[in-house]
Amino acid sequence: MSDLFQDYSEAAARSGAYDEMFAPGHVARKSYGQVAGALRELSLADVTARADSMARTFLDRGVTFDYAGEERPFPLDIVPRVVPADEWDVLERGVAQRVKALEAFLNDVYGRMAVVTDGVIPRQLVTTSAHFHREVHGFEPSGGVRVHVSGIDVVRDAAGTFRVLEDNVRVPSGVSYVLENRRAMAKGLPEAFGQQHIRPVEEYPRRLLSALRKTAPAGVDDPTVVVLTPGVFNSAYFEHTLLAGLMGVELVEGRDLICRGNRVYMRTTAGEQRVDVIYKRIDDEFLDPLQFRSDSMLGCPGLVNAARAGGVTIANAVGNGVADDKLVYSYVPDLIRYYLHEEPIIANVDTFRLEEKEAREHVLDRLEELVVKPVDGSGGKGLVIGPDASKDELDALRRRVIADPRGWIAQPVLQLSTVPTLSGDKFGPRHVDLRPFAVNDGDDVWVLPGGLTRVALKEGSLIVNSSQGGGSKDTWVLANSPQMPAEIIPRQSVTVREQVSVWPVESNWRDRQTEQQQ
Amino acid sequence: MLSRIAESLFWIGRYVERADGTARILDVHLERLNHLPLEEQRSVARELLAVMGAKPQSEDFGLPELLHALAYDKQSASSIAGSLGAARENARRARETVSQSLWESLNTTYYGLNQHRKDVVGTYRFCNWVLERTAMVRGLADTTVSHDESWLFMVLGRSLERADMTARMLSTRDVQSAGMSWVNMLRCAGAYESFIRTRRAAFGDQHAAEFLLLDRLFPRSIVYALRDADECLAKLDPSAQRVGFINDARRIVGQARTFLEFHRTDDLMSELPEHMERVQKAVTQASDAISRKYFNQADEHAWVGEVS
Repeated sequence: MSDLFQDYSEAAARSGAYDEMFAPGHVARKSYGQVAGALRELSLADVTARADSMARTFLDRGVTFDYAGEERPFPLDIVPRVVPADEWDVLERGVAQRVKALEAFLNDVYGRMAVVTDGVIPRQLVTTSAHFHREVHGFEPSGGVRVHVSGIDVVRDAAGTFRVLEDNVRVPSGVSYVLENRRAMAKGLPEAFGQQHIRPVEEYPRRLLSALRKTAPAGVDDPTVVVLTPGVFNSAYFEHTLLAGLMGVELVEGRDLICRGNRVYMRTTAGEQRVDVIYKRIDDEFLDPLQFRSDSMLGCPGLVNAARAGGVTIANAVGNGVADDKLVYSYVPDLIRYYLHEEPIIANVDTFRLEEKEAREHVLDRLEELVVKPVDGSGGKGLVIGPDASKDELDALRRRVIADPRGWIAQPVLQLSTVPTLSGDKFGPRHVDLRPFAVNDGDDVWVLPGGLTRVALKEGSLIVNSSQGGGSKDTWVLANSPQMPAEIIPRQSVTVREQVSVWPVESNWRDRQTEQQQ
Repeated sequence: MLSRIAESLFWIGRYVERADGTARILDVHLERLNHLPLEEQRSVARELLAVMGAKPQSEDFGLPELLHALAYDKQSASSIAGSLGAARENARRARETVSQSLWESLNTTYYGLNQHRKDVVGTYRFCNWVLERTAMVRGLADTTVSHDESWLFMVLGRSLERADMTARMLSTRDVQSAGMSWVNMLRCAGAYESFIRTRRAAFGDQHAAEFLLLDRLFPRSIVYALRDADECLAKLDPSAQRVGFINDARRIVGQARTFLEFHRTDDLMSELPEHMERVQKAVTQASDAISRKYFNQADEHAWVGEVS
């Protein structure tokens, strides 16, 4: 291993976290063999040149996110995160299990509420959730699916065990970086792909489109699917354009849509055209000024009614946010047992419910050791890491928790696993998490082999959110056997080609060298 | 296709062509402006600015201000930087419709705008760079976007802008005190060599203007550009094949074109500025008519609130 990894094992040992690449004693794990070999051949100048070129490519291609009104390339580190086949198997099954349980839960809370009647979770917990929308109570969404797309965040603790950190079943974003990272890495570190089989990710848009089409309102033979974006000012706009582009469907803004007679139409140069499935990338609150925020211009008046009447499918369904509530999260293992009669495959992170008096007292005594999170936050907003917080911050937090115990949960500080990450002139250990994406078409939950590995670029930092200076890594899921991965569906044999293959080529066909002179 | 996207594509066509035309005109005029005494330089700079449809922002408007106004001012839709920025923004809004290579070429062009020295010497290089970049953008648009509706809207914008630009250029002939030579005028349109080959030695101001106005084979002549626009409109609206024009834009474009084609050349030349103004007006009206027919939307909403 070249100088680039000088001091790496010491730094890794200091953090006490599980390192994805190196086992204790600075031995590269088996799954990282190819990557380690490729990096060994490179000098510092090579590595930085490649990293610069990857960043430049991202800027040119517009692979950016909006940060304080400025378009920035999303930082991609040159060392991938590698997940061996057996570990992926656990993650894949665990994520799918979780999605099925959340789907059943959402169906239930917007319907009979058996989960409450049976005493699995308190009624109040559901009804006080900020994202529980009574507007959509009591109707079955067209196509029968609520969680079409989900991103279940998982982390690995110091013992090397995967744990679920949170569920995102509203508008999970980041899958575009999974697709772009793979393209960039194929050019940036081609040597590392070598002899191993990395499961492909480019199937995602096709899977997504087919799931969206499958859940169209009944009676629509050839459904029109659109992606609904808040517009170019949204920080995830790049992702919206990429998904619409790769699916070959229109990317619409609210002002492109009109609702009439509980049907939705888009304005086109040829007049109005019916829309059957809307993949919305707008928060519920902004979706329909008639139902939610009346000041929102991002959505379209009448959408929710149209969905209620079965005239259009909205994906993900309105009201899913209740499942993202971090207090509900703490009950998901119970929900898995209740709805699926199975044991959870991936455990939760231990979580204190501050509503419970005993837990609250315990937490308030140990605030400086714990992470405290708002239940309806996202993007790391409002989260307080005890060991990093000042006394004043902890005092303020204590007051807020006492004033609104329903609004917070507490968890132990987890030493997220680390992966070597280029920083200045060497690799240092940086903490990562992983967001696998799952697509649910109603019959089957498909988990994209890979997912977004987010990395905290600052040494020791545990905050990986892009809005707070995080970057990403390509996630490589190794195939079990060197054979063709199972999900590559063989193309239909091309018979057309054989029919036209008789091309009249004369024997004195000129070669290109002499073409012009003749 | 979505009306909003069609509108973006139309404006990508217009803005890219505008950057190209402005770069040509600026490049050629700079050579001449440099030779003039300061006072005259100022008055010519003002006149040129007026022809390009902008107003001087300050009292002492001279050569450096002209460079800013026509080349580097990102806020102005009349400048090269402003046009290229607007083209890129439109492509960003229509990104899933334009090809990745077209988007990338506009995006990298936008990022390249700041890499130029903003003095006279730097501006020559800048203009050259703009001509190369816009040629590349056009090439990629023509070879990587299906020639369906989306491409037609781009070409429609491009053709109308081209007719407008040539008309503006021709009208610089009279307004300038020092007068602009026919050679320079042809060079502004990239037409010098074509013209010489077509007309050989039989040239003069009048022939040069006639060439730029009426030549049916030269792509930057007004008649050629208007015919291109008309063909796009015909393909976009195949319903109106038999009798009359229910399409306002086609009527306006067709009238402008036939007026020029069937007018006596001598009469055109004697009132060239008036006729050129008429062409510019026709372009504006056609653009409005296209907007009414194809892009008509509910009133633009102000954008409210960030969500994620």
